[in-house]
Amino acid sequence: MLFGIEWDTSTDLAFAISIFPILLKGLWVTLQATALGFVIALVLGLVFALLRMVPLKIVSWPVAFFLEFVRNTPLLVQLYFLYFVLPDFGIVFPAFLTGAIALGLQYCGYTAEVYRAGIQAVPRGQWNAAIALNMPALLTFRDVVIPQAIPRIVPALGNYLVSMLKDTAILSAVTVMEMLNVANIIGDRTFRYFVPLTMVGGMFLVVTLVSSTLVRFVEARLPKAGIPLR
Amino acid sequence: MEDLRQLLAPLLRGTVVTVQLALISTVLGGVLAFAAGIGKLSSNWLIKGLSVVYIEIFRGTSLLVQMFWLFFALPLIGISLDPYVAGVAALSLNIGAYGAEVVRGAIQAVPVGQYEAATAVNFTKRYTLWNVILPQALVEMMPPFGNLVVQNLKDTALVSLITLTDLTFAAQTVRNLTHESIPAFTATLVIYFLLALVFIAAMRWLERVIAYRVGVAQERARG
Repeated sequence: MLFGIEWDTSTDLAFAISIFPILLKGLWVTLQATALGFVIALVLGLVFALLRMVPLKIVSWPVAFFLEFVRNTPLLVQLYFLYFVLPDFGIVFPAFLTGAIALGLQYCGYTAEVYRAGIQAVPRGQWNAAIALNMPALLTFRDVVIPQAIPRIVPALGNYLVSMLKDTAILSAVTVMEMLNVANIIGDRTFRYFVPLTMVGGMFLVVTLVSSTLVRFVEARLPKAGIPLR
Repeated sequence: MEDLRQLLAPLLRGTVVTVQLALISTVLGGVLAFAAGIGKLSSNWLIKGLSVVYIEIFRGTSLLVQMFWLFFALPLIGISLDPYVAGVAALSLNIGAYGAEVVRGAIQAVPVGQYEAATAVNFTKRYTLWNVILPQALVEMMPPFGNLVVQNLKDTALVSLITLTDLTFAAQTVRNLTHESIPAFTATLVIYFLLALVFIAAMRWLERVIAYRVGVAQERARG
């Protein structure tokens, strides 16, 4: 029994049907962790991308190094770091929140790079034209550069969203009750791993296929010329 | 000094396992990537179908789920894998599926004129693929392959969850030994970062060597 739902181990089919609602509860946690992790990655990534563009080396170099570091070290170890080290400083988060922060931290390395590449891909001539029209830099950024960068940024961010969704399985290592952990617990208690683990694989497949189709759909509908912010 | 040794010795032993796993699964993953990437473009529907199914399954699910499936689920239908074999298999199959898309993309990016020219001089399909298309495509594949190699190195950390004593597993051991989290995990992160830098440098070097050799071959062909 898990989450108050009993399972039926008489046949494989009956077992599969009886544990499906339990796995769905795990899927809900998986989706929540992805959503929270992605919001953290979007915000942190933007902050770091902007800091990296600051024309002061004391600011931009440490930020660049930090981003390089989080991108090139494993999510699992970053997760352990947060999970075991934060309590040493008296910061105790629930496992779910620590997990979402770890996801956001790992992926802010990627999102920062996406923002930077998207902004740099806007042709130099756009800046020159804005200067020729005597437009202030901040206004140029908001009304000329960002609107044109968005259609380049969104599809790349979408791919990282799908990738993060799959990585949430790693949160099972710190007791977050997401889909894989739920399947493992069912396996531990019934000594039947094959059915729950295969179902989790299938459910991941469905969720990733649906989400990557959504990303493609949004990508196809983005106006290529740019999206005005006002 | 004694503390430092107590900290570093297990981590270094773990590092050896991590590097081994990363190297073996990168090579096997590379073979799978070429097989499935070329297979996806095959005119034989069976080969094409198998390649597509393989790529979709391993790109569409979590690596950790794949690893647990190979390690915990397979024994229940009579196939028992050693944790090392299960770890290497999951890592190679996973990175191979991502690599297959790189191989396919690079092959499709070779200009149609190259195929037409090969047909015009009566090259066989196989000869065209190996001697005309792949050398040019290989140059295009190297930068994305570089990213995948680092991705794979980071992914090896997951084998600690199926009882393999890699670097991440060693970090846990050291933490339990010293009752301190900060030094154990900081040192581990730094080692992973240094390894990633070495792998990145190696892939850049390989990229240059391949670009140079393909360039030399093209010069010779021009006479």
